[in-house]
Amino acid sequence: MKSLGSIRRSFAPWSDPNSIPYISIRNVTKKFGDFVAVDNLSLDIYNREFFALLGASGCGKSTLLRMLAGFEQPTSGEIVLDGQNMAGTPPYRRPVNMMFQSYALFPHMTVEKNIAFGLKQDGMPANEIAERVKQMLKLVKLEKFAARKPNQLSGGQRQRVALARAVAKRPKVLLLDEPLGALDKKLREETQFELMDLQQELGLTFVIVTHDQEEAMTMADRIAVMNAGKVIQVATPPEIYEAPNSRFVADFIGDVNIFDGKVTAVTGEFVDIEAEGGVKLRMVSSEPPAVGQNAAAVIRPEKIRVTGEKPAGRANALEGEIWDIGYLGDMTVFRVKLDGGKIVKASSLNAVRAAEDPLTYDQKVWVSFDENAGVVLKD
Amino acid sequence: MMGAIGTFFRKRIVIMVPYAWLTVFFLIPFFIVLRISLSTSEIAMPPYSPVFSMADGWAGWMEKFNLLSFDNFVWLTGDPLYFEAYFSSVKIALISTLLTLLVAYPIAYGMAKAPGTVRPTLLMLVILPFWTSFLIRVYAWIAILKPEGLLNELLMGIGVIHEPLIILNTTYAVYIGIVYSYLPFMVLPLYSALEKMDGTLIEAAEDLGCTPVGAFWKVTFPLSIPGVIAGCMLVFIPAVGEFVIPDLLGGSETLMIGRTLWNEFNANHDWPVASAVAIVLLAILIIPIVFFQHLQAKSAE
Ligand SMILES: Nc1ncnc2c1ncn2[C@@H]1O[C@H](COP(=O)(O)OP(=O)(O)O)[C@@H](O)[C@H]1O
Ligand SMILES: [Mg+2]
Repeated sequence: MKSLGSIRRSFAPWSDPNSIPYISIRNVTKKFGDFVAVDNLSLDIYNREFFALLGASGCGKSTLLRMLAGFEQPTSGEIVLDGQNMAGTPPYRRPVNMMFQSYALFPHMTVEKNIAFGLKQDGMPANEIAERVKQMLKLVKLEKFAARKPNQLSGGQRQRVALARAVAKRPKVLLLDEPLGALDKKLREETQFELMDLQQELGLTFVIVTHDQEEAMTMADRIAVMNAGKVIQVATPPEIYEAPNSRFVADFIGDVNIFDGKVTAVTGEFVDIEAEGGVKLRMVSSEPPAVGQNAAAVIRPEKIRVTGEKPAGRANALEGEIWDIGYLGDMTVFRVKLDGGKIVKASSLNAVRAAEDPLTYDQKVWVSFDENAGVVLKD
Repeated sequence: MMGAIGTFFRKRIVIMVPYAWLTVFFLIPFFIVLRISLSTSEIAMPPYSPVFSMADGWAGWMEKFNLLSFDNFVWLTGDPLYFEAYFSSVKIALISTLLTLLVAYPIAYGMAKAPGTVRPTLLMLVILPFWTSFLIRVYAWIAILKPEGLLNELLMGIGVIHEPLIILNTTYAVYIGIVYSYLPFMVLPLYSALEKMDGTLIEAAEDLGCTPVGAFWKVTFPLSIPGVIAGCMLVFIPAVGEFVIPDLLGGSETLMIGRTLWNEFNANHDWPVASAVAIVLLAILIIPIVFFQHLQAKSAE
C-alpha cells in the first residue's frame, strides 16, 4: 500500500460519544424479490465526514447509496438524515444530491444549463443562478466550456460537470457512486485530491462508493468495508489496514500474510501460535484467544524483514529460501518459501541503492518480525 | 493503382444506389406528371396534348414544348374550391397528426417502460393491424360508427345516450379513421426514441429537485423530439393526400384534396388539371418536410 489514508486533521466525531450522527442507517434491509442486496445494515455517518463504502462489485454499495438518495425504498429499517426520518420522502425533497457513475448529464443542455438545472428547480432568482453557475464553473475549471454540450467534452471534463451540477445546490450530503471509475489512472489520482479539497472547501458530507481500495484509503476519513450486503468493518484507513477485524478485511485491503494455527499458550497479552508447517509465532493481542483455540496471525509484507543472517532480538524469525524477487523501483517484494513449505511475502523500501543487500534467488534467508507487527484473528 | 480506382468506383456505386432509386421512382414520374400538368385537356387517348413521341425528332419536340403552358395552374387559382380543398386537407391532417401524437405518446411511453420481456409482444401488437387489409379496416369503422353500429348500440345499451350519434360521414369519422390508421407510424418512432433513453437521466432530474412530472417535461420530452418529428412527418404527409378515409368515412362536407384529385382524374377525365393539383400538393408538402428536416438537423447537432 502506498497510502495510509489522509491524516490531514484531527477530525474524529465518531470517537466522541456525545456527537450526534448526521446520517443514521438503522437495520436497513433491501430485498429485490428473494435476493437480499443489503442485509440488516447499520451505519452512522457524521457531518463533514468523507465516508467511503468499499466492497467488491455486487456487494450492495450502490443500492445503499440509492436508498440514501431516495431512488430505492428500504424493505425494512430506517434512514435518518439530520434528525429526520427519510421514509416516504421522494428524491426531489431530500437534502442530498448524487453524482452518478454514468454522470447522467442532460445531453440536450449546455454545461451551463446542466449546472443551473437544480438551482432553477429551487426557484432561485436568475441573477443568483448565473452567479452560482459562474462560481461552480470556476471551481471545476470549466469556465471556457460553459456553452458546450456534454458530447463535446472529454471524460474528465464531463466528470467535473457532473460534480459541479451535484454540488451547485449546496446539498447537506453529496453521494458519489464510483465518481472516478471512468477516468484513466493518472487523471483518477489527480481528481482524488481535487475531490478532497472540494469537500474541505465546501464543508459538505461526502459518501462515496468505490471498489478501489487505494482510492478509499486515500480520500476517506472512514471506510466501511462491505461484503454481500453487510458491513464487515467501519474504521479509519490506518485502522482498517493495521488492525483488520476479520480475515475478509485483511485479505481485501492490500497484501497480507495469514498464518493459520492453534493457540498453544497465552502469557498476559502474548499469544503463542503454532501454525501450519510447524511455524511457531509469538504475537501481541489486546483480546487474546483461549489456549487450544484456532487463530490466525495476520502480518503485512512491509512489517517483515528478509536477512541473510539470523537477526538478533526479533521475536519471530523463520528460516526459508528466496523463491521470487520482484523489483518495483521504490521497493522490492520478496517471496520466501519457509522450510515448512509456506510462502511468505515481504517487502522492503529501497531507501538505499539495491546491490547493498545482495539477496538472490534460492538463497537461504531469515524472515523476521516483531510481536506487534500484526494482529491475531480468532476464527 | 487499379485497387484505388476500384474502391473509388465501389464507393461511388454505393452512393449511387439511393440516387438511382430516387431518379427512377420519384424524379421520372414527377416530370411525367409535371409535363401532363402543363398540357391541354383533349377528348382523346391519352386525354391531353401535346403527346411527345420518339418519332417527332428534335424539331417536333421543340414545337411541342412551345405548346406547354401554365394555364392549368392559373385555372386552379381561379376556382376557390381548390384553395379550400388544400386548406381543409392541411387542417384535417394537422389536427389528426396532433391527435395521433396525443394517443401514441402514452402508448410508446408505456411500451418503453415495460419490462424487457414483454416489449417484443407489445411491439407485435402495434404492428398487428398491418396483417389485414387497410381497406377492410376502414370498412370495419363504418360498421362501428354508423347510426345503428356497434358504438351507438353500446352507448345506448348502457344508457349514456338515447339518440344515436351521427359520426359516420362527418369529419369526426375522418379524424378517427386517420388516427386509427396511422397510429403505428407514430408509435414506432416515438417508441424507438423513448426506448433508448437513459433512465438515470430521469433520476438525475429528480435528484436535482424535479417532480416526476417536471422531469418528464424537462428531460424525457425534449429528448424524444426526434421521434416526435419523425412520427409527425410519417402521419402528416400521407394524411394530407389521404383519399380512402375521407371517401369512405367522411361526408359531403369533408373536403380533401385527395378526393378532389380523384374527381378531376376519374369523373372529369381532366388529366392535366388533376396533375396540376398533384404538383401543387407536392409543393405544399415539401415546405413542412424541409422545415422538419431543418429542425431535426438542429436537434441532432
Ligand atoms: N433493481 C434491481 N433489481 C434486482 N436486483 C438488483 C437491482 N439493483 C441491484 N440489484 C442486485 O443487487 C446486488 C447489489 O447491487 P449493487 O448495489 O448495484 O452492487 P455494487 O454497487 O456494490 O456493485 C447485485 O447483485 C444486483 O444484481
Ligand atoms: Mg455500483
